[in-house]
Amino acid sequence: MSAPAAGMSRGRVTALQNQLRDRPALVLVGVLLFLVLLIGVIRPGTIGATWVGNTILFAAPLGIVAAGQTLVMLTAGIDLSVAAVMTAAAYVAASQSYFGSIRAVLLALAVGLTVGLLNGLGVAVFRVQPLIMTLGTGLVIAGSLLVYSLNVSHQGPPAVPDIVRFVGAGKLLEIVPVSAFLWAAIAIVVIVGLRRTGFGRLIYAVGDNPVACRLAGVRGWLVLLVTYVICGFLSAVAGLVLVGAINAADLSLGDVYLLPSVAAVVIGGTSIYGGNGGYAGSLIGALILTVLSSLFTLLDAPDPLKQILYGAIVVLLAAVYVRTAGDAG
Amino acid sequence: MKVAAGKARAPQGPTFARFVRRNAWTLGTYALFLAVMGFTIAIHPDYGPYEVRSLVVGALPLAFCAVAQTCVVLGGGIDLSIGAMMAVANVLAAHYMLGRDFQTSVLIALLVLVGGTAAGGLNGVIALRTRVPDIVVTLAMSFVWGGVALLILPKPGGGAPDKFMELASGNIFTPWLPNGLILLIVIVAIIWIPVRFGRMGLALYAIGSDRTAAFRRGVRVGPTRVFSYALGGFFAACGGLALLMSTGIGSPLAGTIYTLSGVSAIVLGGVSLAGGKGGVTGPIVAAFVLTMVPADLILSGTDPNLGQVIQGCLIVLVVMAGGLAPLLRRRVARIQDEPVMSAG
Repeated sequence: MSAPAAGMSRGRVTALQNQLRDRPALVLVGVLLFLVLLIGVIRPGTIGATWVGNTILFAAPLGIVAAGQTLVMLTAGIDLSVAAVMTAAAYVAASQSYFGSIRAVLLALAVGLTVGLLNGLGVAVFRVQPLIMTLGTGLVIAGSLLVYSLNVSHQGPPAVPDIVRFVGAGKLLEIVPVSAFLWAAIAIVVIVGLRRTGFGRLIYAVGDNPVACRLAGVRGWLVLLVTYVICGFLSAVAGLVLVGAINAADLSLGDVYLLPSVAAVVIGGTSIYGGNGGYAGSLIGALILTVLSSLFTLLDAPDPLKQILYGAIVVLLAAVYVRTAGDAG
Repeated sequence: MKVAAGKARAPQGPTFARFVRRNAWTLGTYALFLAVMGFTIAIHPDYGPYEVRSLVVGALPLAFCAVAQTCVVLGGGIDLSIGAMMAVANVLAAHYMLGRDFQTSVLIALLVLVGGTAAGGLNGVIALRTRVPDIVVTLAMSFVWGGVALLILPKPGGGAPDKFMELASGNIFTPWLPNGLILLIVIVAIIWIPVRFGRMGLALYAIGSDRTAAFRRGVRVGPTRVFSYALGGFFAACGGLALLMSTGIGSPLAGTIYTLSGVSAIVLGGVSLAGGKGGVTGPIVAAFVLTMVPADLILSGTDPNLGQVIQGCLIVLVVMAGGLAPLLRRRVARIQDEPVMSAG
């Protein structure tokens, strides 16, 4: 009598496993809810509308930069220049605000587009490995920014343009952050674009099998080029949102976003080898990482310990994902 | 007699050509080194032992770091936590060596090397067991090791006995040959040559060039991967100690820039990031080039703040040039092929 029962429960476990394998996003939502619950247990009364609003506010820059990183990783690449682009866009916007907000924002976005174009040219046309190409441009951008900051400082202290501050830190009805709308808009465009448009399919195709793509007549280099330009642009947007939220620009503003931007995508189930995944997972990944750091802040852990735990948990989550999805990456 | 010489040389001809073709990139790196050296001497006429010493001491950490990354990349992986591991080794040594005598310091250094090997091995085991891509694991581990370094030494401090620092900056034979260079060559030779020409090295190159094929030929892929990471950890620890020898102080953040410069050095040194191709001498020479170029430009009056820009441009341009060569060759081949194809 107990044997069939055991068999049935084992069947149920297998069914659950299959379910999880088909929808790995469920695991991610589970992890997210677990972390939120943990915060609620540790500090009762923390979780509320304001807390959710603040979390989304802090997650928005990461979520937006992760969108670009997702697209690049879907083509089997990686963009290590995102952090430098975020910093550069933020700093340029802040230092140019003296000449008007529009000019400042446009220049900041132009920085992102230019770096994206450079990365794209290197990767798509000159066939440089993405890791090296983006590493090099990252160094160039960081160095150029240093020189720029030394030559521009006499025009007055950097001040964040009002419109950037509104988008980055503003809140409607004191609860809903303005950046949430921007993030949502980007998320919808990216998710729908990946699923429904020809270009979206080409991104998957180029990442999955570049040879087959070439034989099918796809101009793979163009797809790669456009993808890197989009990534640069989104990184610049993320930098603007970040500087708006923090309301101060410095030369290492975006540095801390390098690992999280990769981690959010990987935790979200996008294969670093390309052709597999999507933005929905990265979005939840970005939320998980943000909740995780707010959990550390609540626990008041010393910084080094925070860093160690953060790294360890990123590996753990990625490992859990690989196990449940049954995909070696 | 002429004929005999010609005959004797005949089989050598293609071999030599093949040697050049196979090692074109590495030879290019040597040429680049000589060119940069020539430029340095040209703009700096009284180039002497002091300059040689500061070059060697300055390049030593990067050279070890490049060797560390080479070991991992040859096996088809990549370790983005090497800079952080260097920092751990650096602060561990600086913390415990302060105020000790030379013998104790050497003992501590040996323990640090063992620890570095273990740390690198741990990276490898995690990458192997979790099946998470190497880049992700090691990027996350760079946070972990960075945190460990900060735990050991929250702010720059510590130190080492002068005699220990002499291991890099002193000289036994002539002022033109600093100990650091001897140290580098001896350590790399002792560790690398047995590996390179032994079973383990063969397995390392095999899993780097084609993991599946290597597995089917009976290479133990898992242990070899862990071995490559452990070797990387060992050389990263060497780099951390070299950093202590060159700065005389432990700094928990000093190592971080070395991860990226190390990757630059191996790319410049002709190691394929796809794995299985390259050696250690190219990256070491490249590390010296990367150390010399910014110094030269500052000497010749360029804005020192442009150092990072120059390094980035150098990497990108060199790799682009390297990518362009096969592209052109392919295009030429395609043009030559086309008439044949249309005829068939």
